[in-house]
Amino acid sequence: MRAFADLYRRLDQATSTRAKQAAMVEAFAAAKADPAQWASAAWTVYFLAGGKPRQTVPTRLLRRLAVEGSGLPEWLVDECYANVGDLAETLALLLPEGEGDDKTSLDVWMRERLLPLPKLDEEERARRLALWVAALPGPERFALFKLITGELRVGVSRLQVVKSLAEVAGVDESRMAQRMIGYAQARRIPTADDFAALVADVDADEGAALDAGRPYPFYLAQSWQRPLETMAETLGPPRDWVVEWKFDGIRAQLIRRGDTWRLWSRGEELISDAYPDLEPLARALPPGVALDGELVVLVPPSAETRPDSLVGLQPFASLQQRLGRKAISDRTLRDLPVALVAYDLLEHDGRDLRGERQSERREKLERLVAATLAAAARRGERLPLRLSPEVAADTWQGLAAIRDQARPLGREGLMLKARAGAYGVGRRKGDDRTDVWWKWKLDPMSVDAVLIYAERGHGRRSGVYSDYTFAVWSADEGAPDRQLVPFAKAYSGLTDAEMRDMDAIIRRTTVETFGPVRSVQPTQVFELGFEGIAPSKRHKSGVAVRFPRMLRWRRDKPVAEADTLASLRALLSAGAHG
Amino acid sequence: MTATRVTAGFWLMDLIALTDRGLYCEAGDFHIDPWRPAARAVITHAHADHARVGSDLYVCHKLTAPLLKKRLGDVAIETAEYGQVLSRDGVDVSLHPAGHVLGSAQVRVARAGEVWVASGDYKLEADGVVAAFEPVRCTAFITESTFGLPIYRWSPQAELIAAIESWWRDNAAAGRASVLYAYALGKAQRALARIDASIGPIVCHGAIEPISAIYRDAGVAIPPTRRADEIADKRAFAKMLIVAPPSAAGSGWLDRFGEYSDALASGWMQVRGNRRRRGLDRGFALSDHADWPGLLAAIEATGAERVLATHGFAAPLSRYLAERGVDARALATAYGDEDEAPKSETAPGETAA
Repeated sequence: MRAFADLYRRLDQATSTRAKQAAMVEAFAAAKADPAQWASAAWTVYFLAGGKPRQTVPTRLLRRLAVEGSGLPEWLVDECYANVGDLAETLALLLPEGEGDDKTSLDVWMRERLLPLPKLDEEERARRLALWVAALPGPERFALFKLITGELRVGVSRLQVVKSLAEVAGVDESRMAQRMIGYAQARRIPTADDFAALVADVDADEGAALDAGRPYPFYLAQSWQRPLETMAETLGPPRDWVVEWKFDGIRAQLIRRGDTWRLWSRGEELISDAYPDLEPLARALPPGVALDGELVVLVPPSAETRPDSLVGLQPFASLQQRLGRKAISDRTLRDLPVALVAYDLLEHDGRDLRGERQSERREKLERLVAATLAAAARRGERLPLRLSPEVAADTWQGLAAIRDQARPLGREGLMLKARAGAYGVGRRKGDDRTDVWWKWKLDPMSVDAVLIYAERGHGRRSGVYSDYTFAVWSADEGAPDRQLVPFAKAYSGLTDAEMRDMDAIIRRTTVETFGPVRSVQPTQVFELGFEGIAPSKRHKSGVAVRFPRMLRWRRDKPVAEADTLASLRALLSAGAHG
Repeated sequence: MTATRVTAGFWLMDLIALTDRGLYCEAGDFHIDPWRPAARAVITHAHADHARVGSDLYVCHKLTAPLLKKRLGDVAIETAEYGQVLSRDGVDVSLHPAGHVLGSAQVRVARAGEVWVASGDYKLEADGVVAAFEPVRCTAFITESTFGLPIYRWSPQAELIAAIESWWRDNAAAGRASVLYAYALGKAQRALARIDASIGPIVCHGAIEPISAIYRDAGVAIPPTRRADEIADKRAFAKMLIVAPPSAAGSGWLDRFGEYSDALASGWMQVRGNRRRRGLDRGFALSDHADWPGLLAAIEATGAERVLATHGFAAPLSRYLAERGVDARALATAYGDEDEAPKSETAPGETAA
């Protein structure tokens, strides 16, 4: 635990990416040199890369530990938690000073102490936890509670972990990203061998050993937010680019190797089991294929629909109904059929194509999709596979006009991929012309809404009222019984300075306090942007918006002039998916 | 006793009552730290939220007087020593060390066996820089509660100063400047007086220098410091400690220092989120306020039957005390917290130069 706590402290005390990386490289290198540390280092990598074991200690028990350990009344512990905004930190701050010198390793902590806990009854769990914690020195307690709550919040990205490990192992980053795939999957138990494999030298057979199911690290797009007029100058002519629709679905890789197939989401989560309707497609593909694309929900096909049709895309809300379901009913499969809109071919005939040009990969993809669909048609079979169509125009202005039609089609905008570009790793800034995938999204829909509730945030925003609920008017000004109807929560879009100002305003204008939430006098108007809108029976407003965020603080706008439900409903019909 | 309640927590017969100008002693006709102009204002200490402009006469400790003049200009001031009794209309008023900043005092008000103490801001640990807090027995205690939650438990000063010194040494060894944000009145001088000046040269922001001069005049040993514009060779900053008010964070004033690590010395740094939100490299929970155990110990030591908690976490503190049988209430005042409002601190003529 000490090594992990030390690394955590160093990462926490460093604000620069460089310093954080240096701290990780140092820690991983020290662990590599000492096989006795491998097992614990495996856990360290797991946690830093975002891994979460099942929760071994329920929050209820942690609160009990705080109350019993500190001897404070429960309401005061809650008040402290609301101010700190992080349960692990609250516990570390409230418990009496630790005098202990427990040297149990992280690996033993995890495997022998924490993971078996859920098998015990609550009293025994509470007893053990209190004993263990009493024997831990202060900083290590904090680290322990962080592991238990699973919210590290130390400002380290998975990519940084990959880079640090790549440096320690002396392999390149894309290789390390490959090695890391699946490593931080929920409930996995990493071992000393896993760490040894991560930091091992390159092995000639490694490519083969990276077996059956593993996907490639996803190449992520950056947002194009510069003006249309600069596009020709920065990007060159549109003919240098593969231009496609940006579909509003789930990014996924479909892998077909040997006898197996796998579907991976962008979070490198294995999701094959939730989409059994893709199995016939996977079986129809030749072995040694990796497709990259977007998972979408189509309207159920009728006799007239062509097998390659993209008409009848259902909104993202439909896809959400298929997320996180363990048991998929026949009805779901019938009403909410998914399809993969393929836009890249990463592997063909078992060969990694990522180094090839976009245009070459695209050509191979087109041939593969056409052949696969044609073969299926000969068997009288429809496959849930579509080719992401290319969109073409001679000028960027022409493409902009096409992009403007995205919303009624249920699409978010356009994607721009340099014809000469390779398939990279992660999201990175590079040469504007070649190295980057751009997403060129429509401007978000927006309304002017009134802030009516505020809640204290967590992590970096702990203690500050940073999470807001927004409302619009039920009717036009002057209408009788006009009231504010809540419709969205948002917590991003403000600068730290604006957030501090808002925090002061919220404290000043509080009407009532309910635990961590305050209702405030309606005094502030924000332009609230969102990516999508759909009817909802669960919300009082009758609509649910997607990715709401604050675009602008309208200090200039009186509350009475904020938008109404009618303006939201108008967006609903404009955004109807075709 | 029949009495009319005038405002939450107070009764008309009380020696001190809360009015719209602040705490008021009718029997002696004076206010304590009023937030609006008053005829006679007894001032606990020179921070802006306690010593405001516009009163006709200020009564304060003699070491507070120069700070008050620096802040408020040429105002009428009557000074007293700690423990010296000023009597008026049968009311005895005296000042007692609060250990907060130079000249800070608790105000003791007594009449016919009834004793009230208004604490102003205070801390219990003797910092070796200003006169240490002295508990004063009383019947009613008006206490601050800036850090009135049990998550606030300070490490000893020696440990915190050692942590700052080690951060400075590491930075100097790595060739980067060390920028320490500390409140311009009090915290900065405490840090300067306590940190080992042999580690390297020290530069102070223009808002801190004049206050340090007043501390030096009062006999506080503050090592020699220089202003940033006196350093010709910019490379020299890499080994230096630069002390600046929190409002300097993110300002162009910092550009000259090249690569630097920054840190804030404040009780709020006890909570990680406060530091991370400000994007600071380090936070040192060095506070001039009482922590939770300090507040409870101070309250206990007064022997007071009634406790009135002002600014800060007054509600949880008073509820906690009330559950333990103390007649405790929270009091709404206009005192703030100097650490949270660094900008109001800058007096006229003190620009971020």
